[in-house]
Formats: sequence, C-alpha cells, structure tokens
Amino acid sequence: MKTTDSFGRPVIAVTGMGVVTSLGQGRTENWDALINGRSGIHPITRFPTDHMATTISGMVDFLPSSTEGASVHTYQLADLAAAEAVEQSGLPQGDLGGPLFLAAPPVELDWHHRLALYARSQTHNGNTSLIEAAREAHAMELFEESQFGTIADRLAERYGTRGLPITLSTACASGATAIQLGTEAIRRGECDRALAIGSDGSATAEALIRFSLLSALTTQNDVPEKASRPFSKDRSGFVLAEGAGALVLESLESALARGADVLGIIRGCGEKADDFHRTRSKPDGSPAIGAVRAALSDAGMAEDEIEYINAHGTSTPENDKMEHLSLSTVFGDRMKTLPISSNKSMIGHTLSAAGAVEAVFSLMTMREGVIPPTINYDTPDPAIELDVVPNAKRQAQVSSVLSNSFGFGGQNTCLVMTKEPV
Amino acid sequence: MSPRDVVITGMGIVSSLGEGADAHWQALTAKTPAPVLDRQRFAPYAIHPLPEIEWGQQIPRRGDQRQMETWQRLGTYAAGLALDDAGLKGDESLCASMDMVVAAGGGERDETVDEAILAASLERADHDILLNEKLTTELRPTLFLAQLSNLLAGNISIVHKVTGSSRTFMGEEGAGVSAMETAAARIRAGQSSHLLVGGAFQTEHSDMLLAYELAGFLHRDDWKPVWQRAGAEGGGVVTGSGAAFLVLETREHAEKRGRTAYAAMGPVVSRRSRRRSEPLAQGIAEMLDRLALPQTPLLTLSGASGAHEATAAELEALGSYENLALRGFSTLTGHMKEAQFPFAVALAALAVHHGSPYPAFDETREAAFDGSLDAVLATAVGYHRYEGMGLVTRA
Repeated sequence: MKTTDSFGRPVIAVTGMGVVTSLGQGRTENWDALINGRSGIHPITRFPTDHMATTISGMVDFLPSSTEGASVHTYQLADLAAAEAVEQSGLPQGDLGGPLFLAAPPVELDWHHRLALYARSQTHNGNTSLIEAAREAHAMELFEESQFGTIADRLAERYGTRGLPITLSTACASGATAIQLGTEAIRRGECDRALAIGSDGSATAEALIRFSLLSALTTQNDVPEKASRPFSKDRSGFVLAEGAGALVLESLESALARGADVLGIIRGCGEKADDFHRTRSKPDGSPAIGAVRAALSDAGMAEDEIEYINAHGTSTPENDKMEHLSLSTVFGDRMKTLPISSNKSMIGHTLSAAGAVEAVFSLMTMREGVIPPTINYDTPDPAIELDVVPNAKRQAQVSSVLSNSFGFGGQNTCLVMTKEPV
Repeated sequence: MSPRDVVITGMGIVSSLGEGADAHWQALTAKTPAPVLDRQRFAPYAIHPLPEIEWGQQIPRRGDQRQMETWQRLGTYAAGLALDDAGLKGDESLCASMDMVVAAGGGERDETVDEAILAASLERADHDILLNEKLTTELRPTLFLAQLSNLLAGNISIVHKVTGSSRTFMGEEGAGVSAMETAAARIRAGQSSHLLVGGAFQTEHSDMLLAYELAGFLHRDDWKPVWQRAGAEGGGVVTGSGAAFLVLETREHAEKRGRTAYAAMGPVVSRRSRRRSEPLAQGIAEMLDRLALPQTPLLTLSGASGAHEATAAELEALGSYENLALRGFSTLTGHMKEAQFPFAVALAALAVHHGSPYPAFDETREAAFDGSLDAVLATAVGYHRYEGMGLVTRA
C-alpha cells in the first residue's frame, strides 16, 4: 500500500479514537445515542440557575470530576477519551512515543476556591488580601488550577508522550487545530505518531453567564432536548456543553508496520483567519470559504469528492446562515443534496472539544455506514436549503467527510477525512 | 545555507525599558543598565511596569482599542511594531497569507466586580446565588472577549490583517517555547513561508500576581538582580509587563522581497523535565547537548525567572560550560511568562545583528564577554514546568 500522499507526504492514519459527551462515556454509548437521535441536553444541576436566562446545557455530569472545577474536569474528560483511544490503537498505555497536542479551554482559579481563600484572609482588603491568603495557603492544587500548562503535563506523564506537550486554543475550532498540529508534525517527519485531544469541562456558572451576555446561548429551556436545532428557522443560539475527543494519529507506514487497524485517514487540513469582527464572520463568508478550500487543496481533492459534511452547525442564527452561505459558494448547487448534519443538535456545543469530538463521529460515520441525523429539524429555514439528514439516521456508504470548526476571534479550521488511504 | 533557513526580519518588543528594537538596544547596552521598577503599587511585590505607550500608533481605531484590555492591546501593539519593522505593515497580500502563532495566557478580569463579590461573600453563605446575581448584572458583555486567550491573535487579525492562519498556544513559558519551535519547524519544512510569532504578558493586575503567589513564587521586599534572590524573602520571581513578536520567514522569501535579516533562527529544543523525580539541571544539560553548541565563548541570553529551584538548576547546567557568558535579562525586564522565550530570542538576534554583546546586567555575577557574535544562545526554563532554548546565528 502506498504510504505517501500525492504531495509525497506521509499519509496520516487514525488508529485510535475515544470520546466522552453528555450522551455517555465511550464510542459505543455515544454512537448508539447519536444514531438514534437521542439528545444529551438536560437541565443544569451543577449550580443554581437563579438569575440566569439559560438553565439547560450538555454538561457531563456523571463523572467524579464534574463538580471539581474546570481544570480537574477538563483533565478527567481528556484522560477518559485518551485512554479509550490509546487502548483501541493497541499502543502501550504509558508509552505513546509521540507528542501531545491538547485543545483545552483557558483556565482560571475557580470561584469556589477564590472565595474559600478569601474567607481565610486576615484583612479582607479585596484582591490584595487574596494574594496574601494565597501566599499563606501553600495550596499547590489551586496553583495548578491556575496554570495553563497543568492539564497537558499530567496527560503527558500518564500517556508517555514525547517532549513538551502543546496546549492550544483556537476557541471553538481548537479540537480541529489539535488534529491539524499532529498531522503537520507527522508530515514534517518529527514523529511517527501523535496524540490529539480536544477537551472541555469548563461549563461553570461564570462561563454560562459570559456566553449568555454575548447573546450566544439559546434560552429555550422548557424542553431541553429540543433546544439545539441547527439549520431550523427557529434556532436561537447554541447549548453550552462539555466533552472530549481523542485521536491517535499515526503515519500510515508506522500503523501498517505494527499491524494496527486503520480507522480512517486525516487527508487534509485547512484554515483561514477572519479579520472582520471578534464574534461575527465577514459578511461574504470568504474566510470560511477559504478554510474549506484550503482543506480540500491540502487533501488533494476536488469539491465533488466530498460525500458528507459534519457541520459546525451550532444552532445560532449567525453561524448556520454563514455556514450555509460558505458551503453553497464552494459546493454550488450540489449543496442542496449533499448530506450535512450537526452532531451539536444532540450533544450541544462542546467548545474546545468540538473539533475533536466531531472528528471521531465523522470517522465513525464512514466506518459504520450510518449518518447521524440533525435532530429537532421541525421547521426548516427556507433561506437554508440543505439536506440536513433530518431527525432520523440514514444508511449510507460514506468514503469522505468534511468537518467544519469555526470560532470566536476569526478562527476557521476544516478537516477532510477519508475512509481509505487513497 | 539553505533557501529554507529561518531568518528573523522583524521584531516588535516592549518592556519597562521602552518600545522597539533600538530603544532596547540603547537601554541594554548602557554602561550600567538599570531596571525600571514600581515598588509601591503591588507592595510587597515589585514589578517592572509598562512604559507610556501611544496605542494609536499601532491600533489606530479607538473602537478596536476599547474592545481590548491592556494585555491584548500590548500584544497587538507589539505585533504591529514587528510587522512595521519587517516592512510588512499594510501589505495586504503578504499579511493575508501570513501565518501566526501566539503564546498567550488569559486576559484581565474585572477587578471591581470581583472585589464586590469577595466583599459580599463574607456577609452571606449562598455564594452560588451571589455569583449569579453579581455576574449577570455587573460583567461587561465584551469583557469575555478581552479575556479569551485566542483573542489576542483575533485582534491581531482584525487590526493588522494577518489572516493566513491563527493559532494560540497556552502554558506559561512553555507556550512561548513551543510557539517559536513550531514556527521555525513549519518554515524549515516548507509548511509556511512567512510567519508572525510572539506573546505578551501584562503583569499589572492582581490576578496575574495571584497565579504565581498561589505557589509562593514571587520575590518580596528589597529588589535584587535575578541571580541574587536565593535565600531572600519569597520565591524569587519579579514579574514585568512586556511583549515580543518576531517576523520569521524563509531566507528565500526574505531575499525575494529584498529584506535584510537581523539574524537566523537556528535549532530550537524543548523539554518536559520530570522535575519531581529527576534533577532539572540534568534535563537542561541534555538540551544543551542536543544543540551542539560551539566551543568558543558564547553569549547566552537567559530567561531565568529567579524562581529558586529552576534558576539554581539553570545556573548549574549552564555553569558547567565554561564558554557560556550569561546575561539574565529578567534582572532588567522582569519575568514576562509566555513572552519570555520570544523576548530572549529577540535580544539574542539584536546582539547578532549589532555584532556586539550586552554588558553584564549584574556585574557581580556575570562575566564580561569579548567573543564572537556569530551565534547567541537564548533560554527559557519555566519557573514551574517546561524548558526550552535555541541558538540564534548570523543570517
């Protein structure tokens, strides 16, 4: 089998995948729920929702870390996804032998810890006293919570990844960027394999409020599982969620040499930054269009070779409109019949994890021959003419997927994945 | 020499010493370079404050300035300086195809809102409700964007139109090391032709000090040069506000547009030493081995933070090489966290460019240097984790 692509670069195989979302832990639980159109969105119980406009989310509430703050929870989500991915890859759990790329949310000292420290301060003189209390407390766990390098350090230790692990943020495109960085490192010949993880356990009260103040979240709280409705006319914002996705990336040559199962191929990655606005995309969609085209070009593929699109599909009025505009520009009339679905209709928006979680689901779509639906598609938006695989799964042989990830700060990253190497 | 050598064609640096390459060269080569310190504002901690900056010079639209807090403004400003310096500012086509890697922490929280919550928390027990009450009503909606790590890069895209790609690395000094290492690797491998890389750190905010002090890392009381803080009160780190952005490009790309480079970026190495189970000095020595340093006297811009253990380990490892002449620039600028390694590389490139060394920043601990400036070493050993270094050479 040829192990280099049409550009002479190593072909990048995926040999392990792991996932955790509000639908459950592991590939099987998630896939079962996903193809049966089950939603993981539920009322918030982690903290009181008094004064909040949004009272639902896709938080992962079934783990011991769920109430321990964003840093610890993000670590545990990443750890569970990584363990599943490494196990599937057949590599030893503690000796991955390649670098780690972790997409994770920015961290801060948790409010509960901040208030507990303050209660112990001698003088109660605002932030000055907080610093004094910190100095007295010698609370290394609190310190670690405030350090951006902590989570990756711990994962690197546990999985025996090589070198200085990279923690990255490209907002809601982060998970895809982690995969892109791993792909690029293998292509440069720096390593035979890499562990790419997107993880986000940062759904704190303050995070919810911050997104809410930007009017990004839906307030359709009454029937939580109906709140996320990408591409529908009555979509009204995204649902904040948590989760993690992990992929073992490996040069095809290395995967074949050790007899690993090749689960799919990362064929191409593309990105393009937007200079229009901090939260809105350029009205002509040119950056997203540029990112899709860059991914196709990096994959050495033409538009008509894409058979399914795993949408960013956040369910915000702005995203879904712009995603439709961008895709229609690239794919033309074919966009009316090219299947596209949004996993976020069921899992919500897992933010830093989304690109990695959705890459796992994209690869499973090809392997299983089933396209997960876009649920809650009851009121089509006439301005968005798409085959969103409405409400029910579809059996289909899919050999190539485009997965979109767009984020605040003008981040646009697209991945092209295929079932087979060539 | 190869067409894909990585050359440094622009730099934008800001610290308490001033702004720009020339101002820093002047300040750092003065007969006895002196630090700029603010000892009162965050006493008992001294900090190196930002100089007066006319933000409009690099961020012309006031609307853009308003959307940012100081950290993002500082980074966006320094990025503008670097683009200007490289002759790329306003070149729409080259900026649109330019890649970007930013090393970032988080932005500034609203101290007034936070302090109101702290005060109220002493009066009542329902803290979760208190948080909801205060945060839903008192937070400025756009403040979130000023806090997001990747929005420094986002603002650089908006203000300077750098849109080829945009990636933000997080993780204290290690983020700056990885940013430089990845940027150089991409250029060498032909994955990028020209790239903006750097970081910014704004220390003049209580949360920025809090993050260090949760583990007691900050030096207290009388200020001392970075190598002389062992045994003093506190943890040894004195922080400074600052930023460093560099324009890297392939030799071929720079020559085609007729630009002279400051210097070339040679090999960059990084490490995650297991500091609790292995001697850090050995880990640093292992990186020095990988770099295959010249045997001749070598000027070394050390990013040592002053943190006791890490700084002692770096001294031990570097000290075992008799040819290294250390310049601990944190003595003069303070520790700039994510920006520390890009700043070290920038200072190294300036020395190579001028073909002359910096005087000792601490005459009692640093030896005079009269060797060749064909290569200069730059280091950043994290105060708590992650290490990196790189060799800057004549272009």
